Parts: sequence; C-alpha cells; structure tokens
Amino acid sequence: MSEASPNDQLEAVARTIAELREADAARLTQFKVELLGRKNGRLTQILRSLSTLSPDERRAVGQRANQLKQEVEEAIAAREKELHTGRKSGVAADLSMPGRQVWRGAIHPVTSVIDEICEIFRELGFSRVTGPEVETEEYNFTKLNIPLDHPAADMQDTFYLSPGVLLRTHTSPVQARTMERYKPPIRIVVPGMVYRRDAFDASHSPVFAQIEGLAVDEGITFVEFKAALDYFAKRFFSADTTVRFRPSYFPFTEPSAEVEVQCQMCKGGGCATCQYTGFLEIMGAGMVHPAVLENCGIDPERYSGYAFGMGPDRIAMLRYGIPDIRMLFENDMRFLQQFAE
Amino acid sequence: MNISINWLSALLGIKLDPDDVAHKLAMLGAPVEAIEPVHQDLAGIIIAEVERVEQHPNADRLTLCHVNNGTEVVEVVCGAPNVQAGKKYPYAAVGTVLPGGLEIKGRKIRGIQSNGMLCSASELELGTDYEGILELDTDVPAGTPLLDALPIGDFCLDVEVTPNRPDLLCHKGVARDLGAVLRRPVKLPPIPGDPGDSQAPVQTKKSGVVGGVEVTLEDVEGCPRYMAAVIEGVTVGPSPDWLQARLHSIGQRPINNVVDATNYILFEVNQPMHVFDRAKLSGSKIIIRRGGKSETLTLLDGEERAVDHTVTAICDAEHAIAIGGVMGGRDSEVSERTTDVVLECAYFDAKRIRATRKAMKMSTEASYRFERGTDLQGMADAIQRAVRLIIAVAGGAEDGPPVDLYPKPVKTPAIFLRPERVAHLLGVEISQKDIEGYLTSLGFAAGPKNGRLAVHVPGWRPDVAREEDLVEEIARLRGYDSFPTEMRPLRPSSVPSDVTQTTEARVRRVLTALGLNEARTLSLGPAGGKGAQAVLNPLSTEEAYLRTDLIAGLIRSAERNWAVRERNIRLFEVGSVFHAKDGGGMPVEGRHVAGVITGARRPPHWSDGDKHVDFDRWDVKSLFEEAVQAVGARGTVSEEEGRWVLRDRNGELCGWADEVDADRPAWAAPLFGFELDAVAAPKPLIRFQPLPGTPPVERDLALLLPTEVTARQVEEVVAQRGGKLLESTRLFDEFRGKDMERRSVAWRLVFRSPDRTLRDKDVDAVLRRILEELKERLGVERREA
Repeated sequence: MSEASPNDQLEAVARTIAELREADAARLTQFKVELLGRKNGRLTQILRSLSTLSPDERRAVGQRANQLKQEVEEAIAAREKELHTGRKSGVAADLSMPGRQVWRGAIHPVTSVIDEICEIFRELGFSRVTGPEVETEEYNFTKLNIPLDHPAADMQDTFYLSPGVLLRTHTSPVQARTMERYKPPIRIVVPGMVYRRDAFDASHSPVFAQIEGLAVDEGITFVEFKAALDYFAKRFFSADTTVRFRPSYFPFTEPSAEVEVQCQMCKGGGCATCQYTGFLEIMGAGMVHPAVLENCGIDPERYSGYAFGMGPDRIAMLRYGIPDIRMLFENDMRFLQQFAE
Repeated sequence: MNISINWLSALLGIKLDPDDVAHKLAMLGAPVEAIEPVHQDLAGIIIAEVERVEQHPNADRLTLCHVNNGTEVVEVVCGAPNVQAGKKYPYAAVGTVLPGGLEIKGRKIRGIQSNGMLCSASELELGTDYEGILELDTDVPAGTPLLDALPIGDFCLDVEVTPNRPDLLCHKGVARDLGAVLRRPVKLPPIPGDPGDSQAPVQTKKSGVVGGVEVTLEDVEGCPRYMAAVIEGVTVGPSPDWLQARLHSIGQRPINNVVDATNYILFEVNQPMHVFDRAKLSGSKIIIRRGGKSETLTLLDGEERAVDHTVTAICDAEHAIAIGGVMGGRDSEVSERTTDVVLECAYFDAKRIRATRKAMKMSTEASYRFERGTDLQGMADAIQRAVRLIIAVAGGAEDGPPVDLYPKPVKTPAIFLRPERVAHLLGVEISQKDIEGYLTSLGFAAGPKNGRLAVHVPGWRPDVAREEDLVEEIARLRGYDSFPTEMRPLRPSSVPSDVTQTTEARVRRVLTALGLNEARTLSLGPAGGKGAQAVLNPLSTEEAYLRTDLIAGLIRSAERNWAVRERNIRLFEVGSVFHAKDGGGMPVEGRHVAGVITGARRPPHWSDGDKHVDFDRWDVKSLFEEAVQAVGARGTVSEEEGRWVLRDRNGELCGWADEVDADRPAWAAPLFGFELDAVAAPKPLIRFQPLPGTPPVERDLALLLPTEVTARQVEEVVAQRGGKLLESTRLFDEFRGKDMERRSVAWRLVFRSPDRTLRDKDVDAVLRRILEELKERLGVERREA
C-alpha cells in the first residue's frame, strides 16, 4: 500500500471521475477494474482497510468512500449508456447524421434474372440442371437435328477448339444429354453460358447466358406448351402482359414458335426498343422435334414435349433499361452496386 | 428478302396494305424487319399537259408555258429545251415538296410569275437525266396523280426468311402463304408484250440439242436436272419501264433486258437462271461436269477462280464458262452485240453448292437459293415463262423447244397424316375437312387413304418431310393465337436438380453478404499460359484462349475500376475454367469461385474522424475461409510460401489466397485475391448442440513463442491437452518487442463442463498440462506478468 493517507487516496479517485466521463469503452473497463475490482480495486482496498483506522477516521473515510463508490458506479453506468447509444446525456444528438454502414454486395443482374426465371419454372415442376460448355458437334448440332451441311447450321457461328469439338452455341445440348440419361417425365431448366462468334458490340457478346427448358412426357400438346410459357411470361413480366406466339423455325422443334410479349417500354404502342412492332421477342420455342426424341432414344409416338430457350442478358437489359450488353461484363463497381438489394 | 407490295398485289389480284401484309407475314412465320416506301414522296406530283409554249419575254433560254393542271391553266416558266406543246409532263404545283425536301414556291423569274414547276427525272429521283423535263407517254387526263399513272410508287418489305423456307425467297412464294390466309388464289401477272406461248421442254436423259447447241449432263450428282433454251435475234438494250420499276422496287439495279428478265424470274418464282451468248460457246457445246486440275475461270465479278473437281462446272467444248449455281464467267457474258442467247435453268445439289460457296467464300443470289433448295418440279414452267419474257422485252424467237436433261427423275413419296396425331400433338381436334383445306391452300395435294390423309408435297417445299412438318403447317395456318392456353396436371420431373446450382447459390449469398459484388468476366481471354486451351478460329487475339482461372479477369476488372478512379473494389465471380488435355481432345472443364478486394474495409463514417482502415491480408484470409466453408470443401486452409492454400485429400491444390499483382495507381490500396474450386459438395447436415447450463471459466494465456513456432502449432497442443473441458480458444493479441527471438501471443481460453460448475483448481490443472506440453514440444513459455 502506498503511504498516501486514505483521504488523499479518496480525493485522487474523485479526480478520476471527470476523466471517466470521457473514457472510451476499453478505458472504461480498465477504470472499473482499477477502482472497483474485487481484489485490487482502489476503492475496494480503501473500504477493506477501514478496520485499521481509528473509529473517527473510519466513519469519515467510510462515508466518503461509499459516497465516491456510488458516484463512480453512476458515472460508469452513465458513460456506458452514452457509449452504447452514442448520445451524450444532457446534449441532444443530431439524429440526422448518417448511421454507420457496411458494404452491401450485389448479385449480378443477369444472375438475378436467371434465378427468377428458374424459380418460376420450379413452380411448374422443372428441376434445374447444367451441362458442359465444351461440347461435341454431335451434341451441339447432329443430335438436335441440325445437319452440318445445311444452312441451319449457319444460324449460329461457332468457335471450334479442335475438329468436332466446339464451345456450345446454345444450352440445347443439355436437352439431349438429359434425355439420354433420364426417362420421362422430364422437366428441366438449364442456365449456362454459351458462345457465338460475334464481335463484341452494344448488342452482341461472344459469350452470353442462355436458359434452356425442356418438358417431355406423355400427352404434352401445343396447348400445354402455350399455357406453360404464357404462365411464365405473365409471372415474370406482369399478369396483364399480352403474350404472342409466332411461327418460326428451329431445327430441333416442330412446330416452332417465337414467343413475344407486349413491349414493356411502350406498352404495345410502338417504340424504338420494339422497333415499332409493339412486341419484344423473349424466347424461341416449340414442340420437341420427333427426330430429336428419336436421336435420344425416346419414342415420339408415345412421348411428346416442348422446349424453349431465352437470353437472360437481353432480358436483364430490357428489365433494368441497360443500353449496352458490354456493361454486363465490365464489372464497374458503380454499375454493379446499383443492383444491391 | 426484299418483297414489293405492288408485285404481291399483282400476284394476288388485289390491292394490299403494307402494314397489314407485314402483320400477316409475321403471324405466318416470316416477320417483316422494315417497310421502306419506294417513290412515295412523289405523292404530290401530278401529270399536267402543256397547252402552249411562248418565248420568255426577258430571257432567251427560258420559255413561258401554259400548263393545264387538270383544274385550270397556269403559267409556268421553264428552262428545259425539250418542252413541247401538247405533251404531258410531271408537274409540281406551288406548295409541293420534291424528293429531297425542296418546297416549290410561287416566284417571279425574270419578271414573270411562275406557278409551279415542270420536273425532270433527276428532280423526281427517277433517273440521272438532267437534259430536260420528263416527257410522259400516257393517255391519262391532266390532273392525274403521277403515282396513279406510273407503276413506280411502291413499298418494299424486308422479310426475314428462315433457312427452311426457300420458297419464301420469291414473290410467288410469299403471295402463296399470304393467299392461303386471305383465301385468294395466286396467279402470275400477265407479261406486257407477251408473245403468247412457248414450247414445252423436251425431257431426255443425259444429252440433247437445242438451237444447234449440244448439251451434255455428266455430273448428275451435282446437277440432277438441267434445262436450256435458245432464243435467236434478241436486241440487247434497256428494259421497259415496268420491268425496271419492278427491279428498282426491290433494290435491284437493272442491267439489260435479257439479264433483267432472268432476274425478274428469279425474284418471281425463285428459279435462278443464267444466259450465255451462243456465239461465244466454243464448239456450240454445253457440258455440265466436274472441274478439273488447274482449271480456272474468270467470273463476272472479274475474279479468277480455280475450278477443281469439287465444283460443278458449266463448260463449252474447251473451257469452263460458269460455276454452276454460283456465278457465270465473264467471257460468255451477254453484251450489247449479242443476238442469240442460251438460257440455262438448272437444279444444283444443295450440299455441293454449299461446299463450293464456302470454299470460294462467296455468296450470290443464286447460290443462296440453291443451297436452300429450289423447286425441282417447277423448272419447266419457269423456263417457259422466262423465254416468253425475254422475247417480250428483247425480241427474237425461240429456236426449237428447250432441252430438259433429267436422267433420274425424283419421285417424292406421299406423307401419311393421321388426324388423331394432329389432335395428339396440338391438343385441339381439327376436322379432316379443315386439315385438307389448310394443306391445299398452300399447294399440297391431300386425299383420304385408309383413314389417313395421303399428302403430296409440292416441289417448292423441300422442308416438309414428315408428319410433324404437316402438323406445323396446320397450326401455322390455323394461327398460333387460335389455340387455347390450358394447363393440365403435372407429373414431377424424374431429373434431380444439380447440386452445383445449390452450392453456387450459397457461395453467392455468402459473398454478397460479406459486401462483394458479383462480377462476370469473359471466359475467352488473351492469356495462353500453361495448360490454356486455344480457340481454333478466334475473333481476335484478345479472345483467343479459354481461361484457366477467374482471377486474371477479376484483376483486369479491378484495373478498369481504378481507371475510373474507384478506390474501393470488392468483386467475386463464380464461373467455368478450362484446361487443355495433353495430346488434344476435350479440355477439362471446372467451376471456380474467385474474389478480389481492395480499399476501405468499411464505408467511412463521420465518427471515425481521420481513422480509416483498408483491407489487409487478414481480410482476404477470412474471406477465403468463408468461401471454402460456403463451397463445402473438405480440408483446412494452411500456409505455404507466404500465402494461404487449400489442398484436397490427395494433396492437390484447390484454392489459394494472397496479395495479387496488378497495374495499380499510386493512390490505390493493395489488391488481395483468392480463388477456389467450386466443387459441388452437399453441405453436411447441421446437428444441434445442447445449450450449456453451467457457467464458463475464462483464462487468458499470454505465451512467448520462439520465432519458428506458429500459432497453429500452439493451438494444436492446446486443443490436445485441453481435453473435454476446453470449450474454445481465441487468439486475441500479438506483441513483438525488442526480443527478436520470441514474440508474445495471447489466447483467451474458455473452459466449461457440461454437468458441473468448474472450480479454479480444475482449470489450473488443465492449464498446467497445457503449459508443460507447450514447453516440452515447442519451447513455448508463459509470459511473466
């Protein structure tokens, strides 16, 4: 024990109270131990040593010590509350000051669109599967009823890795891979990246996302095909969206259709986005071509089905009003951050 | 494909509205990309008659014309030398806007008021003749709008034709589809000046003679059918107005009457034709054979090409004179001196043409059509119409009937259509009568046979080969919109969802929650590093290889962000990577997750004052560990050569985290990155741990570690010796003093027993064991207080 008198010691403690009122959380904890600690707390020791004092001293020092102890405890509690609430007691804080933030990350807008599309098709019983991006001519073309010596093969300009091996031009090869492996009923959606030999510009990218869909079962008709895609379009866009089916051509579907929705920009009035047609193409689709079923070992007399493919990049551009597909690959923080939820 | 509304109207015998046609074609499967008005800007021009011509009183070279505009006679000052009284000319009244935007104003010319203007061909954008005003040879009365009298006002539709429908590459084909929904028959329009009839081709096997020319078909595989006609005594010159207008309306440049006539037939019935000058055929022979070694030919485009054995060559007695189905040769071309022509009408094999076209890297109107399939059955009609048209526009006469070399006539079998199959696929009952109606309206012949329909496919529809193709025709004509949308009960898919999708979704969720933005970089890149798979036919060197990692693309993205002065960057990507296989073959494909962080650890807050803290290596370590955890990878993160790595059970590297090199501006903070195999591992099920009912005992342990001893080693000993009572260990401080040999590291240990309250002596005993072991194994001692 130091040689300072108990009174001096008490006054020293009293002087620390001012400092205590300004202490940060760590210092405050130190103060607690230093002043009130059960073993070595300065006030604890003074109170413990009362028995060594004369009765008069004992009363005076004891009174003062207890009073200080109460003061210190109150000050600590008050300071703790201040630190906790960030508000100075007695001084009204300016609550308009900004709160403390954390970084918020965003899912890429194209991923969001893919997830949302797959989610809607999950309601219709579609499971979500994937397939390889490096494919063979057989799976990318031949099995899908696209003969390599037919102009239909030119609809997609292809990157080759070696003779017969290529970067898939669509997610459709997964149709064949799935039909070879599983028996109907088959209902799948297949998101993934695909490759076309297109130069990078505002509306083309050599690499982009696609979602393939395939349903094969007994008794699937054109009516059900229309119903499923109509359901999707109304769920994805809005319940009052007009959906239009137009005849088209894809080698792996028959009949084939282009599915269009009323232009979201002009509501069908005609604008630059829809090239003044009032409609926007959102996917290519159709009833699975019987030759494709045959190529995958499924009897087209017993089973029928429908398939579709759409481009989430383009749909994301439409949905969020993004003018240039390249922005989807630039990873500008100012761009990505806009999609944080 | 450019389609003229006037031409279509002529084929269907009714006036068509371009917008309506565009809509109907779209709903038939041939959407219209654009509708271009042709000469519609001449709507304000009327035909006027000049009644009297006087000399302008104040100008030698000007005349004063009294012009009847249909309602009155007005005075017009004219500078054209060819103006004559009694003739009709195009007239633009005051207020009319000419093509190009010039508005005609009433004004005084040399003191005389001129009311409007008599127009030249160039002023109306009808030609380049500046010499005088356009004299009109017409019987219509003055005041008639010009476009009512001349066949030049039109609309040109840009129709998108899918590769399965070669028949839509001509006006007759488009009219046929349109006629099927309009319920109008298609009839070829009459030819002005038509000589009446022509002789039918005479079918033989492999050779025949027409007009003194001996035609021999050797390459039957490349050219299954070849017809030729000879017309003598033609006069080559400009085509008549109507023919020029037709070609102009679809953006074709008229050349001369003979060539224009064949082009007209091309765009009318989709039969490419070619004309040779008979006088230029050596030996008066045409031989259709394969090309030969070192044989060459200079084509109409002036280019000399090799004509090898893969090519179907049209030859005279000596040389090749044309590449069959692609382009004619320059030397046998029709010129102004030509009097006798040989007209070729052939069917070339689609695959052969495709191979030749690709090898020669050239595509022509003819090759485009042969590659998609022309009408093998319609050739006789086409050549007869072409002969009549040439005679009508260029004079001359047929020298005998055309030859038709057709050694192996093709007979296409009927397709049998089951009405119940139609209902089975379409989901709607369609009566047999309606089915027949739809098919016959398109030119199919259909008749019942044994409860089915026997359907004969016309030659212009090579795409229709099986029952389902007919079902599509029925659905198309009935209209896709006419089918209801009705859901039926679903059977669940037998295909399980991919685990990778769940794993990757979890990784995305975790990393975005940690403040990183999801990025997408191109999987094609410039780096051809070790194991990179090259693309055989890249677009540029920037995209010549498949990526082997994601980090390179993310670093480039970080640099791009720095370039726009963004200091705080947090990106991650989940994507595919590729590694070439030794010795070629399919490259190995994998999924990775990678991330980069740099800049402020948290968004700066005003209460922080000057203190701001950037990301450091410890941030990327924990980020990496979070990613490992989210992926569900087995194994723990360890340290190797100054960075963190993850290895699988076989010791293969499957992830790392470190500071990464980048082209970093001076003001930017260090960039940290990680990359990891996104193996699809199902997350082990979480098991609930009972909550403790006894109090914990906490002890801080400050230890002095010799330089070579790691925290991990200490923790391993602590965990081993701590036994069941040790609940958790947390490293909370490191202190390096002047002592270079040792550093001080402090842990907080928490002890707890699930079934009793621990006493100090229990814990002290455990601590003693721990300290003894640390001392013995690692030379680690407790720091003196």
